[in-house]
Amino acid sequence: MSETIQGIEELNLTRKDFVPGNEVRWCPGCGDYSVLANMQKTLPVMGVKKENYAFISGIGCSSRFPYYMDTYGFHSIHGRAPAIASGVKLANPDLAVWVITGDGDGFSIGGNHMIHVLRRNIDLNIMLFNNRIYGLTKGQYSPTSQLGMKTKSSPYGSIDRPFNPSAIALGANATFISRALDVDAKGLQESIKRAQRHKGAAFIEVYQNCIIFNDGEFADGESKATRPDNALFVTHGEPMIFGKEHDKGIIMKDHHPKVVTLGGDWSEKDLLVHDETNSIITNLLLEMTFDPLNPTPFGILRAIEAPTYDEMLTAQIEDVIEAKGEGTLESLFYSGDVWEVK
Amino acid sequence: MTKKVIRINEATIRFAGDSGDGMQLTGTRFTEATAIVGNDLKTIPNYPSEIRAPLGTLAGVSAFQLMFGSSRVFTPGDLPDTLVAMNPAALKVHLKDLKKGGTVLANANAFSLKNLKMAGWEGNPLEDGSLEGYTVYSIEMSKLVGKALESSDLTSKGIERTKNMFALGVLFWMYNRPVEPTEAWLRKKFGKNPAIAEANITAMKTGFNYGETTEIFTTSYAVEKADLPKGKYRNITGNVAVAYGLVAAAKKAGKELFLGSYPITPASEILHTLSGLRNHAVKTFQAEDEIAGIASAIGASYAGDLACTTTSGPGMALKTEAIGLAIITELPLVIVNVQRGGPSTGMPTKMEQSDLLQAVHGRNSDAQIPVITAQDPADCFDCAFEAARVALKYMTPVILLTDGYLGQGSGPWLIPDPKSLPEIKVTHPDSSARGENGFMPYSRDENEARPWALPGTPGLEHRIGGLEKENITGMVSQDPENHQLMTDIRARKITRITQEIPPSEIFGKAKGKVLVIGWGSTHGSIHVAVDRVQAEGKSVSQLHLRWVSPFPSDLKEICDNFDEILIPEVNSGQLSLLLKADLVRPIHQLNKVRGEPFRASEIEEKINEILG
Ligand SMILES: Cc1ncc(C[n+]2csc(CCOP(=O)(O)OP(=O)(O)O)c2C)c(N)n1
Ligand code: SF4
Ligand SMILES: [Mg+2]
Repeated sequence: MSETIQGIEELNLTRKDFVPGNEVRWCPGCGDYSVLANMQKTLPVMGVKKENYAFISGIGCSSRFPYYMDTYGFHSIHGRAPAIASGVKLANPDLAVWVITGDGDGFSIGGNHMIHVLRRNIDLNIMLFNNRIYGLTKGQYSPTSQLGMKTKSSPYGSIDRPFNPSAIALGANATFISRALDVDAKGLQESIKRAQRHKGAAFIEVYQNCIIFNDGEFADGESKATRPDNALFVTHGEPMIFGKEHDKGIIMKDHHPKVVTLGGDWSEKDLLVHDETNSIITNLLLEMTFDPLNPTPFGILRAIEAPTYDEMLTAQIEDVIEAKGEGTLESLFYSGDVWEVK
Repeated sequence: MTKKVIRINEATIRFAGDSGDGMQLTGTRFTEATAIVGNDLKTIPNYPSEIRAPLGTLAGVSAFQLMFGSSRVFTPGDLPDTLVAMNPAALKVHLKDLKKGGTVLANANAFSLKNLKMAGWEGNPLEDGSLEGYTVYSIEMSKLVGKALESSDLTSKGIERTKNMFALGVLFWMYNRPVEPTEAWLRKKFGKNPAIAEANITAMKTGFNYGETTEIFTTSYAVEKADLPKGKYRNITGNVAVAYGLVAAAKKAGKELFLGSYPITPASEILHTLSGLRNHAVKTFQAEDEIAGIASAIGASYAGDLACTTTSGPGMALKTEAIGLAIITELPLVIVNVQRGGPSTGMPTKMEQSDLLQAVHGRNSDAQIPVITAQDPADCFDCAFEAARVALKYMTPVILLTDGYLGQGSGPWLIPDPKSLPEIKVTHPDSSARGENGFMPYSRDENEARPWALPGTPGLEHRIGGLEKENITGMVSQDPENHQLMTDIRARKITRITQEIPPSEIFGKAKGKVLVIGWGSTHGSIHVAVDRVQAEGKSVSQLHLRWVSPFPSDLKEICDNFDEILIPEVNSGQLSLLLKADLVRPIHQLNKVRGEPFRASEIEEKINEILG
C-alpha cells in the first residue's frame, strides 16, 4: 500500500522524532524492543502530527512503553488504561490515542474495561503485549498462561485454564482485531498502520517473548525455521496458504478447519478465503489458535465498520444543541418553577 | 358555616403511603405550591430501597416530609404536625413520629382487614381508639374520587390512582395553598393524555372542596410569607444543585464538562441531570464501573476537560486507587460522594455522614486531598462550584461530600445571577513553554500548581503517571531525597488551600461556654438547637465547617475561646477524631447512625446537658 496519505510529506516526521532521550530499561532480548522500534518507525508515516499522539498504559513491563515514546504519554494504574484512554479521546477527539497493555494488565485486572472499550467502539488503538506471564512482578502465571505451566505462583503447574484475548475481543464485538509476532517487523507494521487508520477501537494482540520468565513460549512462530509451517498469515480476499513451500492450505471439513497439502487432491480454489468482515471466518481463525493440528493465524483477523462512540457523542451534542439551542446558565437555572421575593 | 383560619409560624407535614401511592409526587407538588406562596422550606424524602416492595407491607412504605414557615427554615422538621397515611402500613411506620396532639389524615378505604393484618394492626386504629389524643380525619378517599370520576373514561384502577391528588387537595385547603400551579403542572405532564390530567385535577379539587364544605373540618391554617432575601427562587434538590454547580464552573472556566459515573443510590440523579444537558455540551459517560468512572474522568482531565465523577460510599471505595493517581499526577478533578449508610451496601436510601475519614485519609500512602462539604441542598451548588474552582486553580482532585439527605432533599434556591459568579482562570502552556532542556511538567506556579499542558500542544510532549516523578523535570525517579521533597510539596499544596477559606462565621458570640461544631448536613438541626438554647439566654455558639481538609486556619483560635466543644455527627465520631488530633483537647460527642438526620431536640438536650 502506498504511504502517500495527504499531509505526510508536509509533516516530515522521522523515526527519530519519536525517540526520547531516556534509556530503555527492558531486559536485553525482551520482545518489547522490537515492538517499540516498529511503532517508532510506523507512526511518522501515518499523517498524524506528533503532538496528537497520546500513549496511555497500565502497569507491567509492557506498560513502560509510553516512557520510551517521545509523544504525550500517561503511565497510569494497573488495568485501567482503556478507561483513562476513553476519557482522553472523548475530551479531545482529534487525538490519536493508543492503549498499551499486557496480558495481566488488560485481561486480568483490567478485563472489564477491555471488553467495554471494545464494545463501545471508541476510536482508539489497543496494543496487547501477550507474553503469557506477569513479567514486572517477576513471573507469575497470567490468564493467558498455558495449563501446566510452572511459574513462581504455580510451582506444581498451572491449573488455571487460559483464554484467548483475540477471541474475547471478538466476543466483545470489536470492530478490528489483528495479531502479530514481536519478531515480525512486517506484520507488526501492517497491524499498526491498519489499526491507526481504523475508525473505532482497534485491537492488536502481539505475541511477545519474555526472555526471562517465559522464554520460547512462541518459539514455533518466532524461529524463522519453524515459522512457515506453524504460522498462517492471512490477507483479506486471499486463500489461506502457508508452509515453507507455500504448499499447505486450510479447508473446511465437517465444520472444522483442516490442513491439506496442495498439489495432489487439493488446489487453491478448494481453500478457505480470508474475509476480515466476516465474523464466522474470524471465529474460525481464532479457534485454530490453540489447535495443535492447525497453524496459528496472524494478520488482520477482523475489520468492520461501525459507528464510534466518540462520533455519536459529538453528533448527539450537535443535534441537541440544534434542537434546543445552546444552553446558557440563565436557561438552566430558570428551568424549574421560579418565584420572586420582592 | 364560616371556618376559622389560624395563623401559625411553621408546620411540618409528612406524606406516607405505599410505594405505589405517589407520595413523592404529592409531596413535591405541595412543596412547589408552598414555595410559590413564599414560605421558606426544606424537604426530605424517605423511601424504601426496593423499587416495588410488596403492596401494603411495612417495607413498602414511602414517605416525604417538608417543613415550611414564615421565618427561615433550616431543616425538614423533626416530628410532623400532620401525617397523611394512605394505608395502615404507613400509619404503623410513621405514627410514632407524629407530634403529641398531631393530625392524622387517613384514607379509610385502605384500612381493610387484609391491609390491617399485613401492617400488624390488631384492630382498626381509625375506629378502636388507638389514635386517642390525635386529631383524626378518616376520609373515604378512594370512594370519594370514585364518585367524583364516575363519568370519566378512566378504568377503576386509574381512578383509584388519583386518590393522592384528593389528599393533596385536602391539604391545600387545610394550609391555604393555591391549587393552580399543580393544575397547570398536571396539564403539562399529561399533555398527551388529557383524560388523566383532568381526572387528577378533579380529584384534587374534590379534595379541596371536601375541606371547604364538609363539617368535619372546622379550621384551616395560614403561614405567612417568609422574609427571604430578595430575588428569584426555585426549589432544588442537592443532587441537581451539584450538577448545576459543575456546569456553571465549567462555563466560567471556559471548559467542557465531562462526567464519568456509574449509577448508585443516592447519587444517580447527578448523572441523570447532567445526561440531560447535551445542549450545554456536557459529556456524560456511563462507565462500566466506578473505577472506569473516575479513570475516564482522569483521562478527560488530562486532555483538558473539567472532569468529575459522582458516586456514593461503595463506589467511593472502588475509586480509591485512582484518586491516588489523580493526586500524584496532580490533575484537576471533582469527586462527589453522596454519602449513604454503610459499611458495604449498608442502607442505600438512608443518610449517614460516615465517609468523612475515608475522604480525608482513605488512601494508601500520604495522599492529601481537599474535602469540601455542603450544608443544605442549595449549598450543594456553591460547594460544587467551589470544588471545581479549587481543583482547577491548584491542579488537584477535590472531594465534595454531600449525603442522601441533601442529595434527595430540597429547599429554595436563590438563583444566582450567572454574571455574578466568579470567572475561573485556567491557563494551558503553549509551545513557548518548551525551554532549552525541554518542557518541565513538574515546574510550579505561585500556588505550587504544575502546568496543565494538553496533549495536542506542539513541543510539550511529556509523560506523566503513577510512578514518583522527579521534581520539575517529571522524569521517573525513585530517589529518596526527591520522594521526600515531592511528598512535602503535595502536602503543602493542599495546606495552602486554607487561603481560599474565608474567616469562619460563628453563629452566636465568639467567646463562651459551649461551641457546637458541625460539618455537612447537620447544619440545620444544629442551628435550630443552638438558636433555641441561645433564646434561653445560655452561652452556646455554632461553628460550621465547610472545608474539612484542610481545616480553616482560624479554627484553633476560635475553639480556644470556648470552655467546651460539642460535635454532633451522623457517624460514630469521625470529625471528633480528626479534631481531637488537631486541637489536642477533649471533645463532647453526639453520635447516632440510624439512617436519619438529627432532630434539633436531640442536640438541644445534649447542649443543655453539657451546660449543666
Ligand atoms: C492494583 C495493583 N495490583 C497489583 C500490581 C502488581 N502488578 C504490577 S504489573 C503486574 C502484572 C503485569 O503483567 P502483564 O500485564 O502481563 O505485563 P508484563 O509485565 O508481562 O508486560 C502486577 C500483578 C499493581 N501494580 N497494582
Ligand atoms: S521481564 Fe520479561 S517482559 Fe519484562 S522486560 Fe524482562 S523480558 Fe521483557
Ligand atoms: Mg505479561
